[in-house]
Amino acid sequence: MGKYALRRLLQMIPVLILVSIVIFAIIHLIPGNPAEIMAGPNATDEQLAALKQQYGLDQALWVQYFLWLKHVLSGDLGVSFINGYPVGKLILQRIPATIELALAAAIIGLVISFPLGILSSLKPGSWLDLFTTLFSALSFAVPSFWLAILLILLFSLHFRWLPPSGRPPFSQEPVAHLKSLLMPAMTLGIAMAAKLTRYLRSAMLDVLNADYVRTAHAKGLSRFDVVMRHAIRNALIPVVTVFGLQVGDLLSGAIIVESIFAWPGVGRMTIQSIGWRDYSMLQASVMFIVMAFLLVNLITDLTYGIIDPRIRYD
Amino acid sequence: MTENIQLPEYQVESLKRLAWRSLRRHRAGMTGLVILILLAFIAIFAPVIAPYDPLEMHPHDRFHPPSPTYYFGADEFGRDIFSRVLYGARIAFGVGGISVSIATILGVIIGLVAGYAGGAFDAISMRIFDVILAFPAILMAIVILAVLGPGSLNAILAIAIVYIPSFARLTRANVLMEKNKEYVEASRAVGASPARIVFRNIFPNTVSTILVQITIAMAAAVLLESALSFLGLGTPLPAPSWGSMLSVGRGYLPLAPWYGIFPGLAITLMVMGFYLLGDGLRDALDPRRQ
Repeated sequence: MGKYALRRLLQMIPVLILVSIVIFAIIHLIPGNPAEIMAGPNATDEQLAALKQQYGLDQALWVQYFLWLKHVLSGDLGVSFINGYPVGKLILQRIPATIELALAAAIIGLVISFPLGILSSLKPGSWLDLFTTLFSALSFAVPSFWLAILLILLFSLHFRWLPPSGRPPFSQEPVAHLKSLLMPAMTLGIAMAAKLTRYLRSAMLDVLNADYVRTAHAKGLSRFDVVMRHAIRNALIPVVTVFGLQVGDLLSGAIIVESIFAWPGVGRMTIQSIGWRDYSMLQASVMFIVMAFLLVNLITDLTYGIIDPRIRYD
Repeated sequence: MTENIQLPEYQVESLKRLAWRSLRRHRAGMTGLVILILLAFIAIFAPVIAPYDPLEMHPHDRFHPPSPTYYFGADEFGRDIFSRVLYGARIAFGVGGISVSIATILGVIIGLVAGYAGGAFDAISMRIFDVILAFPAILMAIVILAVLGPGSLNAILAIAIVYIPSFARLTRANVLMEKNKEYVEASRAVGASPARIVFRNIFPNTVSTILVQITIAMAAAVLLESALSFLGLGTPLPAPSWGSMLSVGRGYLPLAPWYGIFPGLAITLMVMGFYLLGDGLRDALDPRRQ
């Protein structure tokens, strides 16, 4: 297991190097020189030259790449083109909001999908099963930003229960904070729940028809025990993969959903930085999302071994 | 010799008929197909069906609620949302279709060559795809559009780039599975060139999985296009893209809730059509499920 994890980490290195080149390229492929964007339209040639020298933009591209990489590895992600603040600090301020949203969405996703998936698999063809199938088929097709709009129409404009946007600080207004979390988390969580439910249901159906489940029934175990102790554990293996992929989806979903609900996370920062042409901020937020995405995939891979001891990594 | 090589074509033909027969029995698949035919009809005949020009403004009817005059209501310039939604089908099919075509052609060619030839080309192209896949699809598209600038053409390009790896990997995996089979060996033994083996012998055997992948990619591409337009990076206004309509409509929800409903319904319907058809095709083309 330890060896496998190490090998997976080592395999990630070439991908990470290429990813870093792509992220580095973001700033250098944009039309116009970063120094010109930073300096603004009224800058003199001297100011431009000074800026170029200050940020090393006058050096060869590969030198710039290694300088940038050295800075990134020592935690220095550069400064914002717009306000001059260190980008690393700005990202750190935004990360908790994104993690909070992803966690809340994952909880909503699990709370909906587990009962739905398991109960519908126990009674295939029932009304609950039909509802579950419809629910998950729809969720594949409904775009997150439309679901968000529908939730706003329902909960903010019609019932006036929840605020349509914002994130008041938890320390000052805990109730308002939780209320503001609910709709963005629901938007992401419902999409996740639908996919999880679908996989959980089909994994449960496979397992419930397996010989060892029949054996468990035959030796007189109660239905509850068979489902809880034998079926679910084995049905979980494929579901964990899907859950991992879904957490990855939460990160990309956050880009849109945070923008809609003005949720001050990394996803919204990504979109804002494009609008502001703040490419160093874009660089940093893209880097954060990609790192988190790769890390989640790695953790998902490693989790199989814990759930299913039969899987050997060699 | 020639007769030997033409034999697989005859089999492909019969598989096609078999697949069509089993697709016709597949309820979800047929529902998807009907939805898509309907939407294609709407896209083609939009000028005939739509009661108004999608760009025609009626300043006196700003935010007119849905009525017999404006079935889906009117927007902030008094434009007919129903007509705009109908015309939006053209953009969705157009952007999705072109980008998925590019992704399919490039992805399949790269996958065929990488799978058959192996070696450096295989290693390098697969590493490049690893990098693209290391980014969530929407983030990759956003980054490409941040560099290229927003717009329909760039959005098409971004969506195509995002979906090339899935076609290349799928084709490559198919080639790896096929290339050691007897018919390929036989073809090689009679002296067929690698190009002939890859394109005439192996390729026809990968078509069915690629077809399924195309429908899935279309669903994803329509979603991605509307998401990019929603974020203001895709099809620019005033073109009636469903995504940008929702993006503008979102700002007027208290005044005109219908503005935020109908374009989303259209996206959902089209994506659903492709998913259902993909499901049906997968079952119909899989010989094990016959």
